[in-house]
Amino acid sequence: MRTTRRTAILLAGATAAALALGACSSEDPLATDTGDGDGGSGDPGTIVVGSQAYYSNEIVAEIYAQALEADGFTVERNFNIGQRDAYMPALESGEVQLFPEYTGNLLQFYDPETEATSPDDVYAALQDALPDGLAVLDQSTASDQDSYNVTKDFADENGVASLADLAGLDVDLSVGGPAELEQRPYGPQGLKDLYGVDVSFVATGDTTVQDLVAGTVNIANVFSADPRIQTEELVTLDDPEGMFLASNVVPLVNADVADDLADVINPVSAALTPEGLVALNVESTVDQRSSADIAADWLADNDLG
Amino acid sequence: MTWVTSNLDLIGRLSVEHLRQSALPIVLGLLVAVPTGWLAFRFRPTRGLVLGAVGLLYTIPSLALFALLPPLLGISFLSEANLIIALTIYAVAIMTRFVSDALASVEPSVRQAAVAVGYGPWRRFWQVDLPLAGPVVLAGLRVTAVSTISLATVGILIGIDNLGYLFTNGYQRQIVAEILAGVVAVVVIALVVDGLLVLLGRLLMPWTRGRRAA
Amino acid sequence: MNVFADAIAWIFSPDRASGALPLSEAIWTHLAFTVVSVAVAALIAIPAGWLIGHTGRGRELAVALSGAARAVPSFGLVLLLVLVLGVTHKVGASTTAFVLLAIPPILAGAYSGVEAVDRRVIDGARGVGMTEAQILRTVEAPLGLPLLIGGLRSATLQVVATVTLAGYVGNWGLGFYIVQGIQIRDFSQILGAALLIVVLALVLDALFALLQRVALPRGVSAGRAPENEPVRRRRRGPTAPAPS
Repeated sequence: MRTTRRTAILLAGATAAALALGACSSEDPLATDTGDGDGGSGDPGTIVVGSQAYYSNEIVAEIYAQALEADGFTVERNFNIGQRDAYMPALESGEVQLFPEYTGNLLQFYDPETEATSPDDVYAALQDALPDGLAVLDQSTASDQDSYNVTKDFADENGVASLADLAGLDVDLSVGGPAELEQRPYGPQGLKDLYGVDVSFVATGDTTVQDLVAGTVNIANVFSADPRIQTEELVTLDDPEGMFLASNVVPLVNADVADDLADVINPVSAALTPEGLVALNVESTVDQRSSADIAADWLADNDLG
Repeated sequence: MTWVTSNLDLIGRLSVEHLRQSALPIVLGLLVAVPTGWLAFRFRPTRGLVLGAVGLLYTIPSLALFALLPPLLGISFLSEANLIIALTIYAVAIMTRFVSDALASVEPSVRQAAVAVGYGPWRRFWQVDLPLAGPVVLAGLRVTAVSTISLATVGILIGIDNLGYLFTNGYQRQIVAEILAGVVAVVVIALVVDGLLVLLGRLLMPWTRGRRAA
Repeated sequence: MNVFADAIAWIFSPDRASGALPLSEAIWTHLAFTVVSVAVAALIAIPAGWLIGHTGRGRELAVALSGAARAVPSFGLVLLLVLVLGVTHKVGASTTAFVLLAIPPILAGAYSGVEAVDRRVIDGARGVGMTEAQILRTVEAPLGLPLLIGGLRSATLQVVATVTLAGYVGNWGLGFYIVQGIQIRDFSQILGAALLIVVLALVLDALFALLQRVALPRGVSAGRAPENEPVRRRRRGPTAPAPS
């Protein structure tokens, strides 16, 4: 019977150790892991910064976070929380209070029928469309919008420079992009409705550019700040009908803390240029640097933070 | 490989997170599976039901289960609870069958002897059945631990940060070393935990020493 | 239960016949990935397992390698192989990862099936002058078949759930709908696709259950796990499926 008691004690010990390990981050692992569970109405000194599961977005979020920390805020990072449809509820509920967003895509999320296309129109429309409780700070000139791209060879061979040129082509067209592109207003249906172009859709996930270069697809949905548009010599097709909205980098904030954050974040947005954003992306994908290092250097170079 | 050397702190931080997220489901899986496995072992009518139910749980793709828990349970999308509950469900699914098999592996004659010398059902379960079933339970716990640690990586697709981050981030940035580092880290953690469980088994069940448990 | 009604409605919606990946094609490709992966794994694991079971050598190595293989996260391996092999080989990269997943249970099923054969039967076969190859082919393999099929069954169940991950790298399989559903937060789509995967798994499982019954040589019970036989029951350990 001694062994059984020992068994019980050891089992209890092992269980306790595992439970302690499970709880060692000072928070209940079964509670939300955002720390500030009361919806951000508590200590305004702690700001939860989120980011998409997109390396470029994470760099901008890291810049926001470090700028805030340099100004004395306590920052909690809740990065890589998927796509808009997944994280917006967390912003609306106040679980996350600051998030780098893109004006056009965010506007389309709230107002799919919007007619605005220019950066200023989109920004103005976005301010109207946001629900109570959410606000945007100043937009940056840097933009990272969806765009359709073809290889240089394809453009030369078929004489295309614009989405409108695709309509008359005697080529089987296939568009590559993330799985959800199929359901977006600027997806295959948008191409058909606005440009009369029939395309098949191939979900190419995160390897859309490589799939374009390899020939799996002949049109690729690429973010405009992707460095590979230059390095792979892709041709971004013009969008005369304004299917894609201008989509500038914009800080989306919880309205309660908007004023507190504006003094720190607006100068960051002012300093972030289109070329600057591409350069940040190059540092991540080509130089393989971490977002924290890239952000720290960028803030130092721009005398911020 | 320069990516690895310059990101050791990231790999370390994610490894700790990963282990933390995996530990609770493994323990909870064992605790829940002892009664459910016993139910499956003890009563013929419940056996088919319980084992059928846990067999069904296996077949639910993890990605779908992770994503469906928030609306079904009404919890936040960003909550780690999604991952922990889902991993616990799979752990219970694996462990229940093992516990049931383990109890069945106890020689009926031993059980009868215990009854003959006056053991009540409760005391017999804890002092005879469970210790003798130990080796097979441990085998199940090892499968559960390795599977849980490996499966947790899919959590990154619903926004839960762990070693799976190195997979999606490395894939986006085309850094082979980053993904490879993630795979290796997961395998190392799984094998270390597996080794610790073997050691724990020797401590708890000294009578199995020198004999192969599984 | 409204969620389930919506998911069923999603499955049977006429929209499923069109789009980037019609539902029938998703089911077909999901099955194709599963069957091909398990078949390739079987080609590797069955001969290896029989050899281990027959000679009694290499078992330790097989157990160690299987343990390590089980620890490899399939998700990471798929992405790693796509990057290493190139985007034109996404199908091959995904299949390779699924093959690796399927090998351990099939291997364990093959060698434990052979090991479970009563030594006296083998000695008898040797006594009547059979060669080692003949013993393996005519005695050990048929008698070990039920356990081997059990291993194939576990492997198939694991692979059919894991093929979901192929939907992260391309538009194949029912996983495409789950990946897309997560991004657009369409729960009826996620649940609908998940239900179909569960149904596929149940159908495949039932087929194997039937096969297991048919494969049992008449009058022989080797490999079948009798209710109260401790040693035999323990053999289920190495072949137990794990979710993915």
